[in-house]
Amino acid sequence: MKNNHRIVDHPVLGSLPEKDSITFTFDGKEYSGLAGDTIASALLANGVRTLRVHEASGKPRGIYCNIGHCFECRVTVNSTSGVRACLTEIKDGMVIESGKPEAQPFASKNVQDFPRTYAEFEKKQKVKGDK
Amino acid sequence: MYDVIIVGAGPAGLSAAIQCRKWDMNVLVIDEFPKAGGRLLGQLHQEPNGEWWNGIEETKQLTETASKLNTEIRLGISVHHVEKIDDGFLVHTNHGDFASVRLLIATGAAESAAPVPGWTLPGVMSIGAAQVMTNVHRVRVGEKGIVIGINVLSAAIAREMQLAGVDLHSMVLPAMNPVTKDHAHPKKVMDKLSRIAHLAPSAFLRFGGKVAKANIARKLATQFYPRNGMKMWGMPIHLRKAVTQINGTDHVESVTMFDVTADGKLKKGTEKRVEVDFVCIAGGLYPLTELAAVAGCPFHYSEELGGHIPVHNEEMKTPIDGLFVAGNITGIESAKVARAQGKVAGLSIAREKLKGIADLEYKVLQAMNDVRKTRNEASIQFHPGIEEGRTKMEDVFRESKKTETAL
Repeated sequence: MKNNHRIVDHPVLGSLPEKDSITFTFDGKEYSGLAGDTIASALLANGVRTLRVHEASGKPRGIYCNIGHCFECRVTVNSTSGVRACLTEIKDGMVIESGKPEAQPFASKNVQDFPRTYAEFEKKQKVKGDK
Repeated sequence: MYDVIIVGAGPAGLSAAIQCRKWDMNVLVIDEFPKAGGRLLGQLHQEPNGEWWNGIEETKQLTETASKLNTEIRLGISVHHVEKIDDGFLVHTNHGDFASVRLLIATGAAESAAPVPGWTLPGVMSIGAAQVMTNVHRVRVGEKGIVIGINVLSAAIAREMQLAGVDLHSMVLPAMNPVTKDHAHPKKVMDKLSRIAHLAPSAFLRFGGKVAKANIARKLATQFYPRNGMKMWGMPIHLRKAVTQINGTDHVESVTMFDVTADGKLKKGTEKRVEVDFVCIAGGLYPLTELAAVAGCPFHYSEELGGHIPVHNEEMKTPIDGLFVAGNITGIESAKVARAQGKVAGLSIAREKLKGIADLEYKVLQAMNDVRKTRNEASIQFHPGIEEGRTKMEDVFRESKKTETAL
């Protein structure tokens, strides 16, 4: 299953040039990529698409723009968090961790019930007062 | 203190740097991406004369020339702020601050987001993301995909993916919503395609141009657009189908597609599920202008040029002393135009520093002519009316100078 998403032969660009193999880990698992790969391209070549989960909802995220603008691909590289996988070249021995969900100690479970305008707030207060 | 700092190592930035180095200026080029070349790197298309435009080869020529001239290029560095200081500019990066007398912003363009419900799923990406993966990194983005958004850029990249052996189901429109608007309107999409059809290297776009010369024909063409789409290199292009939703749990599994009317309204009862494992969204390009804005440059909105553009003239000067712009930040055009503009900017900058060299005066004029020529011969044009947009911008620049003198 290693690097099986590579485009080896290309009718115009020719066959993939010979490049050094680079080994790194992602969430503790070892992968290999080619010199010049970004973290995002090396992982995608190995079939890995999910780079992090949304900090609050836990929903999976991968690359979107691939040019450093959307920040959807941020990962932790050698203990530095918030690194864009699409702009960072892989290096031998790099330790990469996906973005994990974060504790939400102040998250409210009934966000939907919150008043969105002052008028709504007043209305809710009134209902409470009536009870 | 550098004579000039150039932000962006794409076709505009590199060719400007080459000119500045030829006149022995102290130059620093900065780019966020680990490779030089910008979006030129991913480009691969066949010109109307049959020759291939290979972005990797074009980049190699630029970088080789630049390195022969000992150009300092620092890659993988992000510029996050630009400050106007007394005798020039202070460029703030994640690797420290750099000062220069002049600043050239050649940051290019980025893709407009065209949100479709489900677009945060892994496997959904911008069409440009797929281009870089396919041609630069040589990685297949998936087994079978669909392109949402029909425009010159997405058609060109769909072809590139096809060349690389990536299987595409079709190209379709996004469902109409407050963000997708004109991109989801079959008539307007047809309109835009047909006005630039004579330039397009693709059979599909040429077909559009033939059918759509007259207004009425264009209307009919959209009205009676074939149910199974029109094929470009064997891949269906559906102007009358739209995706409303991207489905999946951990990654893309399918899209929900509807037939639409000529005005882009969903037809009830036509819902269909198409199995794909990747989706490319193409919302068009917009000039990447934030740095010009924080540097204090005035802006002008130009639909023809692709959005809010820093005010500038044909010599690539802005109304701010020492601030220059070149490439797609000045309007969405082909990489060839960007490269030609970079040359103008580089010469313009050299002329400002060296003052009174007749040869440079002449060279700037010559380079400006070259931009016009390149524009006229461009095989890919993103917006109709680019010429009008350019003329208008020239007026805006002159006005801004007048106001300045009056103050």
